[in-house]
Formats: sequence, C-alpha cells, structure tokens
Amino acid sequence: MTHLLSSLVIMLLGVAACGFYFVFSNWLLLRIFPVRRVSLQQQAVNIQRAALIRPWLFLAPALGFLGLYLVYPVVESVRLSLFDRGGDAFVGVANYRWLFASEEFQESLLNNLLWLLVVPACSTFLGLVIAAMTDKVRWGNIAKSLVFMPMAISFIGASIIWKFIYEYRGEGSEQIGLLNAVVEYLGGTAQPWITLHFWNNLFLMVILVWIQTGFAMVILSAALRGIPEETVEAAVLDGANGVQIFFKIMIPQIWSTIAVVWTTITITVLKVFDIVLAMTNGQWKTQVLANMMYDWMFRGGGDFGRGAAIAVIIMVAVIPVMIWNIRQANAQMEGR
Amino acid sequence: MTGVKLSNIRKSYARNEVLHGIDLEIELGEFVVFVGPSGCGKSTLLRMIAGLESISDGEMYIEGALVNHIPASMRGTAMVFQTYALYPHMTVYDNMAFAMRIAKESKEVIDEKVHQAAELLQLTEYLGRLPKALSGGQRQRVAIGRAIVRSPKVFLFDEPLSNLDAALRVQTRIEIANLKENMPGTTMIYVTHDQVEAMTLADRIVVLSAGKVEQFGSPLELYTNPANLFVARFIGSPAMNILPVVLEQSGPHSLIRFTSGKTLSVPVASELMEEGAELQLGIRSEDLLLSDKLNALLSGEVQFVESLGEMTLIHVKCKESDSIIVAKLVGIIELHKGQTVHLSLMADKVHLFNTEGHSLRYLDQQSCDAGQQAEQPDLVTDNV
Amino acid sequence: MVTVTKPLSSTDSPYQSRGLLSTLRRSPLTLLTHLSVIVIVVMWTLPTAGLLISSLRDKEQLAVSGWWTSLSPSTQRLMVRSVPPDAQLEEGGRYVLRGKVSDDQALQVLAFGWSSREPAAYAVGDVAQMRKGQTLSISSNGEYELSSPEPFSGARGKRLFYTAKIPPRFGLDNYREVLTTGGIGQSFINSLTVTIPATVIPILIAAFAAYALSWMAMPGRGLLIALIVGLLVVPLQMSLIPLLRMYNQIGSTFGVDAKSYLGIWLAHTGFGLPLAIYLLRNYIANLPKEIIESARVDGANDFEIFTRIILPLSFPALASFAIFQFLWVWNDLLVATVFLGTGEQQMVLTARLREMLGSYGGNWEVLTASAFVSMAVPLLVFFSLQRYLVRGLLSGSVK
Repeated sequence: MTHLLSSLVIMLLGVAACGFYFVFSNWLLLRIFPVRRVSLQQQAVNIQRAALIRPWLFLAPALGFLGLYLVYPVVESVRLSLFDRGGDAFVGVANYRWLFASEEFQESLLNNLLWLLVVPACSTFLGLVIAAMTDKVRWGNIAKSLVFMPMAISFIGASIIWKFIYEYRGEGSEQIGLLNAVVEYLGGTAQPWITLHFWNNLFLMVILVWIQTGFAMVILSAALRGIPEETVEAAVLDGANGVQIFFKIMIPQIWSTIAVVWTTITITVLKVFDIVLAMTNGQWKTQVLANMMYDWMFRGGGDFGRGAAIAVIIMVAVIPVMIWNIRQANAQMEGR
Repeated sequence: MTGVKLSNIRKSYARNEVLHGIDLEIELGEFVVFVGPSGCGKSTLLRMIAGLESISDGEMYIEGALVNHIPASMRGTAMVFQTYALYPHMTVYDNMAFAMRIAKESKEVIDEKVHQAAELLQLTEYLGRLPKALSGGQRQRVAIGRAIVRSPKVFLFDEPLSNLDAALRVQTRIEIANLKENMPGTTMIYVTHDQVEAMTLADRIVVLSAGKVEQFGSPLELYTNPANLFVARFIGSPAMNILPVVLEQSGPHSLIRFTSGKTLSVPVASELMEEGAELQLGIRSEDLLLSDKLNALLSGEVQFVESLGEMTLIHVKCKESDSIIVAKLVGIIELHKGQTVHLSLMADKVHLFNTEGHSLRYLDQQSCDAGQQAEQPDLVTDNV
Repeated sequence: MVTVTKPLSSTDSPYQSRGLLSTLRRSPLTLLTHLSVIVIVVMWTLPTAGLLISSLRDKEQLAVSGWWTSLSPSTQRLMVRSVPPDAQLEEGGRYVLRGKVSDDQALQVLAFGWSSREPAAYAVGDVAQMRKGQTLSISSNGEYELSSPEPFSGARGKRLFYTAKIPPRFGLDNYREVLTTGGIGQSFINSLTVTIPATVIPILIAAFAAYALSWMAMPGRGLLIALIVGLLVVPLQMSLIPLLRMYNQIGSTFGVDAKSYLGIWLAHTGFGLPLAIYLLRNYIANLPKEIIESARVDGANDFEIFTRIILPLSFPALASFAIFQFLWVWNDLLVATVFLGTGEQQMVLTARLREMLGSYGGNWEVLTASAFVSMAVPLLVFFSLQRYLVRGLLSGSVK
C-alpha cells in the first residue's frame, strides 16, 4: 500500500515536472520580452524576438531526449563495437571478426533471415485475405476485432499462451497441449515441438504471425475500403469475376500500402527478442540476433564490445528501410 | 487620413515574385474590394495586410503607422476567413470572446461586447452552441461577430461567401452591406473572385492580375471606362466584345475601319496615334443593336440564342472578328440558329485599345486629370 | 510506413464495412466466406481462450487433462491414505478402518485397488482380498472399508488407489494464489508505476515539438522532420549498451541506484518520442490553417495557440498515441530488464512472467493465471479504446 502511494507521488511529480518546464519557460520568455506595459514599437520587437525563440523552447525537451536516447547511443554503439568487453581498449574490427566466425552468429543470422522471409509474408498475406473476407460478412467488425486482439498482448504473454499449446507430455499420459492432442487425435505421435530442430523456428514464428496479422489486416482493410468503388463497379460491368477483381483491380491499387505493412513488420521481426527468450532462450538452434545481443550484453558480466557489434549488424539491416521511409516522408511533404 | 496605404509592396516566395510593386491608398472607412482571377495575388495581399505573410519589399501603413514589422496580433486588424475558421471546440460565445480573453479584458467588457455583436448579427440564441450545430450562414455570421467585437481598425474579408449556397450568398451580402453602414469609421477590405460581389459591395474596386494593379476605381468607372483590355474583359458579363480595327484617321474623333472595309467615326481622341495603326475595338453586348443590311457594321450567322425573357443574348459568328460576338437585345427576339443578322453599334460607347492593350479614352482622361491636379501623383498611370 | 495517411478525423466506427464487391455477396461463395471467417476467428481466439479457461480450472485437473475437456467430468487415478490405525474399531472379531476417499460430494469412484501395480484391479462393489486376510471395499460414493483379522499396526494409514470420475471444477483459486503469494500483485503495481508516467511525459513533450514542427517558422524544420522519421525505425538494441553504461556511470558517480523508476521513464520517453512526434505532427499539421491564423490575428501567441486551440483539437491523436505507448510500455520486457532491477519493488509483470517461466515451467495454474493478470489491463484498454488505436495505426506506423 505504501508502495502504491509512493508510486502515485512519484508519478505525479514526474508528470508535473514536465508540465512545469513548458509553463515556466514560457513565463520566463514573456518576462524577458514583455508585451504589456511597454511602448508599441518595443512590443512589436519583443513579440518577434519571442516568436524566434519559442519554437526552440517547444522543441528543446524533445530534441534533448532524441539526442540522448537515440542519436548518441547509435554513435556510441558503433564506437563501442570497436572496443573490448569493458569498452576500454580499442580492438579494431576484432569483435566483428569474432562475430562472423562464431557459429552462434551464423545460426542467428540464418534464423533471422528465415524469420524475415516467413513472418512478413505470412502476416501480410493472411492480413490481406482476412481483411478482404471480413469486409464481406455482416459481423466482420467483431471478427476483425478478435483477430486484432493479440496486438494488445505482450510477447511474453503470447509466448505463455503458445507454450501451453505446444506443451508436450511423455508418451502414454494425456496431452494437455492443444497441438499434441490434435496430432494424437489424428493418429500421430506427440512431439516436443519446441526442441525439434528447424521446425521449432517455425513454431516460434507462428506466435509473431499470430500477433502481427491483426496489424496488417487493419491497415490493409482501410486501404481496400479506400479503393474507389467505381473501379470495382467498372470491372464488374466489364465482366470480371470476384477473384479477377481482387487480384487485377484491387491489389494493384494498394501495392504501396502492402509495402508499408511489409516493411513495418520486417522492422518488428528484426527486433524480435521476447518470444525467443521466453520460448527457448536460443536453445535448440533457435537463436536470433536480438536475443544473442541481449545475451552477450549480460553474459559473464557483460561483453559490451560484442553486444554492440551485434546491435550494429541489426542497425545495418534496418538502414534501407530507414532511407526508404525518409524518402517517402519527404515526397509527401513536398506534395502538400 | 488614409485607412491603409501600400507603397511599392512586393512579395516573393524563394526567387518567385508574386506581387510586383503594389501602390494603393485606401481611405479611412472605405469599403474596397480586391478582385481578380485566381492566382492574381489578391489573397496574398490581404494576408500581408493582416500580418499573416511577411512583406518582402515596400512599405505598409495602417492609419498612418508603419506596420511592416508589427505582428498580426497587434495591427488592429480582424479577418473573416472563407472557411469561417471558427474554433470547433468552443461555443459561439467563447469564439467571440477568445481575442478579448487573450487581451485580458475584464469579464464585464467581454460579456457586453459579445452580446452587442450577437444582437447585431441575430446570434443571441445561439451563443451557447458549438459551431458544428450551426448552419453555414450562421457560422459565417459568428466569424463576422468574432471580428466585430475586437473593434478593428481594418476589417478584412477573404472570400467570405464562397462556401455558401446561392440564396444564402445574396442574403449574407446584404448583411455585409448593412455592417458597412453600421461601422462607418472602419476600413474594410474584401477579397473575391466574384464580380457581382465586387460591384455591389465596393466603394472602390482594385482589379488585380498577375501580381499587378490593373485599375483602381469605383464600380461604375471600371464598367464604363476600363483602363485596359484586361479590365474590359474581366468586368461585366457577358464579357466585352473585342474586334480588330485599323485607325483610318486620328484626331479628337477617330475614324476606324473594320476588316470588312466599313468605317465608323467614334468620339475617342487619338491625336498621338499614327494613322494606319492596328487597334482593338471594344463594345459591350448591350451597346450592339439589330439593324438592316445597309446600315449594318457587322453581320454574320447566329450560332446560338439564349432567351432569358427580359432580354435575348445572341451569339454571332461575324466576318469582322475571329471570336464570337455576343449581343444583348432587350425583350424577346425571334431568331434561330443559322439565320444571318446585321448589327450596328453605338459609336459613343465604343472603347479603343492600343497594341499594348491600354484604353485610348482612359489615357486621354488621365492626362487631363493629371493636368488639373498636378500636385497629386497618379498612382495608376504609373503602371500603365 | 508513411504513405498511409488517412485523416484522423473520422468519428465513426473504426472499421466500416462497405458493400464492396456487392456482386460477391449474393454468389455461392458467400457461405464459404462466412465459414472461412468463422474458422479464422476461432483460430485466432482459441489460444487465448484456452489460457483463460485453464486459468480458471482446478489446478489438479489442469495438470492432467486438456482444457477442451474441462466441461466434461475427468477420470483420474488417485491415491489416498486411509485413516491411521489408531482409529480402528473391532467389529465381530475383525478390525475395521472406515472413511471416505474424498470430501467431494460429486465424486464418483469407478474402480479401486490396493497396490500401485494394479491400481484399478477391482470394480466398485467388489471386495478386494489383500494379503494376510485383509479385505478392502470402496463404494461408488467414496466410502471405504478396510478390515483385517489382526489389529492394524503402524502410524500411517494404508495406501488406497482409486479411479474416480471428477466433475469439472472452476474457480478463482489460481488467481487468489498468484495475487497473494506469487508477487504478481506487487508487480502489477510496479507495472502501473512504470507505465503511466512513461505514457504521459512523452505525450506532453511530443505535442509541443509536433506543434513547433508543424506551424512555427524556424530554420531546419524539414531536416528535423526527416531525422524523426529516420529515428522511427532505429532498433532499441542500438541504445541499450550505451545507455546502460551511462546509467551505471551516473549511478556510481552520484552514489544513487542506477536502476530506478526515473531512469526507465526517461528511457521509455526517449524511445517513444519519434513515433509520438510523427503521429502528432501528422495530425496537427493537417488542422485547418485558417483556425491557427485566426487565433494569431486574434492576438494569441504560440503558447496560447497551442494550449487553447491545438491541444483540445488534437485529442483524438493524443488518445491514439497514448494507447500505443501504454500498450508498448506495459508489454515491454527488454527495456524493463535492462533499466529496472529484479527486486520485489521494481519487477514489472512481464519480467515476473519471464521469471516464472523459468522457475515454474510446468506449473500451469500459476503461469496461466499470472499471464492473464498481465493481459487484463491491455485487453481492457484494447477493447474499450480500439477506435483510437485503429485511427492511430492508419495515420502513421507502429513500433
């Protein structure tokens, strides 16, 4: 109870401090450049000066945070990746050389590649199909809401949910995992799915697909609804059937949205960590880069050099998407 | 004292100049309309007066004070936007009170002024409503009320009627005209692309085109004595008919020859012109008359007839002109497509334009005026 | 990530179903479509439903049978010890021990036995002949009778094996257990302590920045916007090591704890800001220009315009981001494990779950109930504020 109270107090203080900054900085600005009780000309000058400074007052906290928590760490991570485990001695590219020779890294890279191929493709495809189908049934909104729901569940919660599904009990006893129960019902033999090499990767991916399909569905559903109905009607008059309309008229019109969904999920996949940590912690050849990085960050007191090197590799994989995004944003702003 | 004075005002975006030196003197309490085709810079000029756009070059005075560097909030202007720009989350009352609250006026003053304005605009019963619960006309009245309560020196309207339907537009136009009567000391500047609004509301009209003032004068002056081809074509509907002619004989009265060879003497001075010069003749559609073949100056085939009851518009393809000539004839006239008609024109209503497009009559009049009032530099002839 | 810019302003249902492809509606495909959607919905909800049902089941039943059988009675093989020999009675020259195998009224015994090798050798009603002339019988309601020509000896009762049909049992026992003993209750409060300020602070900061980047004249605006779009996708992993080093250094220099709530609030604020600024800027920049100009002509300065006009008008966008950030922070494990300690006072729900996965790997009654406690708040937020979440998604990107 006392903890709850102190939490509340700390919360209020934190929020108040932030609000205080903005009010106080504006008050100070108006004290330095007053607009009341001074001559008209002075007022005009003061208003202009204040207007020159004010955007930076508004931006300062944001820029401070972005700089300290994102920009500086990116630079620092690159630097640290060239240093030893404690970050003290310069070791050149030794960390990278070690990395590329490491079997664990090769395995992670391969697994990550597999994740990158499977998860965005499956999520986007399923999302598109579900969006198209739910648009056509009257209770589609409820269906969408339920498919979208896993978005609200933490990766770790989702892992527990799916671990329960993959649960394996030794032969002879009753299976309480849904998957094994179904397999046995169909006449197969129960398997410890999580430890089956190669296939276990796919079982982990199912979890992320389960979460991300809702996201893809929501965005693609909006895109599908954004298609001018006239184009569909024209195709109907031209004698196209439903499947033809879907693939030849609708899909081409939402390509750019599909690309957006695809890249967004790709970024999520590159950062995926919680699922692997919770399900296998990288055992049974399911290691991925993000989890390996986390591992090295703390392993044996933490090897910051190697950890940073892995982070840099992830960053490099993200850069193409980053450039594409910036281009898109610029094009959009110019269009405005 | 002048209400608003602009002296060689220029505006550039990057290296692109959109206003090329505007000179205007708007009298205190005058209602001036800026009119021109879209993209002519009229809205930009208005926004510069409001202080929403910076002034690239030149000087701007409001009631004698230089305002180039005075921010919008201190110029004493109030603006009514085309989209009303009401604050959607505030009631009508709060919308009108906003500016005074910012200025830290007392509650009583705010209350009094808001109620005064609401009464004037018949908004009293709507004071507690949000803008989304009002009709388009009511919203526009709130926008006007928001401007009134500030007792501005200059009242600016940016196409305030464009978002209203036709019936409401007429009604609101009358309300704005009444407002003008009620606020005699307030200078009002009104931007529109609709010449009917311009003609009915304005004390004086500024015709702008491509960032320049084409003419500044009273509505009737613009109609009867356009300074140039642009104004001649822009003011009036249907547009003035333009025909190519040749100056046969110059003098206080000019003798002109049509392409058909027929000649006409018109009371327009052309003393400085060379004989044989190519001119453009302008004649308003109501100044054309049906005539017989013998006395006709123009003849051609009827292309199209618009019977409006009180008048009949006929579109005629004449040999004398490349373009279609439109004649406005009083009453109902039985004419059919394909029929040949003969037209004559009222010589004293004829305008002549030189190759630069300037009206000979207007130039003549300006030089007379300049002679009489040498002490007052003429703002418009500078451009001509 | 940036081409989808539906205006945030639509106030109707987040997913409007439109009669697109109305021709298909009447075709024979309709039935197939309905069926497929049903199958999909079942596939997507079944995992969560299984977890929820399991968390409400009796823990013994949960461990031995699948949750899909939970509504039918389960057949279990159980062992119980009879009452101890002290309680024996002498009846007609034989010594008798009487009792009931279980207090459960609804229990129905099907078979029994006296050795672990043959736990179900006798049917109800039979009398089992044991060694040394002893006999055992168990009736279907669970009453047993052991009799022996010699007095029973020893301190403990005899082992009795029985197979019984046990009716389904549901209850909140698992929740009671995890909330009181598992530390989940404490973690719940910790999660709230992390999440609320980590949601509110970035909103405030981002809203001011978004306004400045939308409507205030300043040099380098385009560059800053491009920077923020770029930072949207920077992986968190890049930040962890340098920030951990920095926090440790600050901790040792000033003699304070390197792992504190303040630390994680600031970290979440930093990580959430690019999305916050991006989303809010998309919205604020699309507000009608005239409203802001009108306020400016009315004499308001930028601070007044922001607080009195922009903030109230941006409510939908602020709500969208708040939900994103809330879900993200509440569900985050990585940042919490790096920047918060593992003590009772700091462990958040996700970290607690992860720890439990390690230590109670097979204790599904603890895991399922804990997982559901951790999911309750985000699911509540999700279902009540879904409209804002969808709008936010459509106006920008997600993490």
